[in-house]
Amino acid sequence: MSEGILLFVEQRDGVLNRTSFEALVAAQRIAAETGDKISAVVLGTGVGDVASTVAEKNVETVYTVEDDLLAHYTPDSYVGALKQVVENLDPRFLILSHTYRVRDFAPRLAATLGKTFVTDCVGFRVEGAEVVFTRQIFQGKINTDVRVSAAPPVLASFQVGAYRADLAEAGQGAAVKPLPVDLSGITIRTETEEAFQEAKQAVDLTQAPLIVAVGRGIKEKDNIALVEELANAMGAEIAASRPICDNEWLPMDRQIGSSGQTVAPKLYMAVGISGAIQHVVGMKNAQTIVAINKDPEAPIFDIADYGIVGDLFEIVPALTAEIRKVKGE
Amino acid sequence: MNIVVCLKQVPKKDSILRIGPDQKWIDDRDLSYEMSEADAYALEEALRQKEKHGGEVIVISLGPERARQSIKEALAKGADRAIHLHDSTFDTATDAAGISRALAAALKDEKADLIFTGLQSDDYGYAQVGLILAELLGISSATIVMEVQPEEGKVRVKRELESGWFQWVRVPMPAVLTIQSGINQLRYATLKGIMAAKKKEIRELKAADLGLSADDLKPSQVIERAYFPEKSKRTELIEGKPSEAAAKLVEKLRFDARVL
Repeated sequence: MSEGILLFVEQRDGVLNRTSFEALVAAQRIAAETGDKISAVVLGTGVGDVASTVAEKNVETVYTVEDDLLAHYTPDSYVGALKQVVENLDPRFLILSHTYRVRDFAPRLAATLGKTFVTDCVGFRVEGAEVVFTRQIFQGKINTDVRVSAAPPVLASFQVGAYRADLAEAGQGAAVKPLPVDLSGITIRTETEEAFQEAKQAVDLTQAPLIVAVGRGIKEKDNIALVEELANAMGAEIAASRPICDNEWLPMDRQIGSSGQTVAPKLYMAVGISGAIQHVVGMKNAQTIVAINKDPEAPIFDIADYGIVGDLFEIVPALTAEIRKVKGE
Repeated sequence: MNIVVCLKQVPKKDSILRIGPDQKWIDDRDLSYEMSEADAYALEEALRQKEKHGGEVIVISLGPERARQSIKEALAKGADRAIHLHDSTFDTATDAAGISRALAAALKDEKADLIFTGLQSDDYGYAQVGLILAELLGISSATIVMEVQPEEGKVRVKRELESGWFQWVRVPMPAVLTIQSGINQLRYATLKGIMAAKKKEIRELKAADLGLSADDLKPSQVIERAYFPEKSKRTELIEGKPSEAAAKLVEKLRFDARVL
């Protein structure tokens, strides 16, 4: 009979990915209601330190799976190894953080196991021994409660930022055990090169106390000048959501979101930004969030402290004028 | 080089969404539809690769009758032919695994060098169909792709990682690539393209044509309830004409929030 929750812990070059602790919080909260025991698994080479760090948290066992073929991440090596781990440990749930790497292998793992994978969850509800997962559709606009009808293990990934890594409960010191796998039958089809950062980081938005960010609502490159004027009047840095940078209307180092910078300024003003989750993860910890958008249902309003529903082409100039007025006083 | 592009038709991005009467999905009456954004970029990438390297671009979509409109748009932009999977049995496929099984059955005899999907759809956003399809077809994959460079028997792609990091990887063809939005600039269909599309083949398939039953496609996860999220934050909405609202907001930012 399948038992327990298995947590996938991600590491790169011996450095733990802290979002794994966010997923651990989710696992711990599920376990608090279901009574499941939690174990964790780390793949790679030289993962001893990462395993020790995880062992300080409230889990039963931390398994290390080490093999030369796991030295660099590839989907084939991870799927091959984790398939054996899951078959060996037979958990009810495999919990992961919804990182770019997990997105690259976990659906294949679920498919090869013949199991279902509930992705990018933002919450859950326990009903007896079952877990009903909450995930969002339409880019964060609507929540859905998802019920699984497949046999265990159920794979579930949690959205980055849905839980706080610092809330992972400490434990008494878990056992760290090596778990052997036989990867001799695995063909690694992917050749990987070194990861690199692209944009010269000319501006470090993480240090800016005031940020005005512009999104698709600005419609055209020339209109950005309106928002730049507002930023200048406020003494703020200008930033942007992804589509603006993809269009090269602003440089890449102005991008806020999962593929750009994550900031927590005193003030974040989102102009014409809908608030899709890929952007929100980069700024939701700002102290004060202001949203200006013509769509009252835009998800950005869910996280804003202040909002104006209206036409940014009228509101932005009005704000610029007002700020110049009060600064002139 | 033959490229298959998997397309999904979804409600237009700026649609006002309402929860449907059964509270398990949105109310899809009175909505306009379009190609899911990442799929549009995937199609554009396929068309560019064809322009550089020759070959065929085939689009496939599992979706109701209305999906034909997006299929025709793809043909008008330059895809060579299309496959449309639709009937009431295909409607049973609502989770990523079911959709992937249907696509795999339809594609197993197409000799595709590359299969493109968007990295995730604008509606469900599972981010899985491309990878499950790759696993079912027994071929390699790479996700969140920002650049595609075909080589001899392989393809080198730039994968996006978190926080401005990237990584080039190389996989053997045939391969599934899930494409990230913004990889290129989208083209518009020209009048010439729209006219040419009228002569292009859209092969319509029913589930039985592929030997699939509702049992083969039924989902392992279902939405039991759809609802608007409860706001955990109390947002203060500022009303009034632009100049009034601006004045009120600046005052609050100065004296309440004290950030200005």
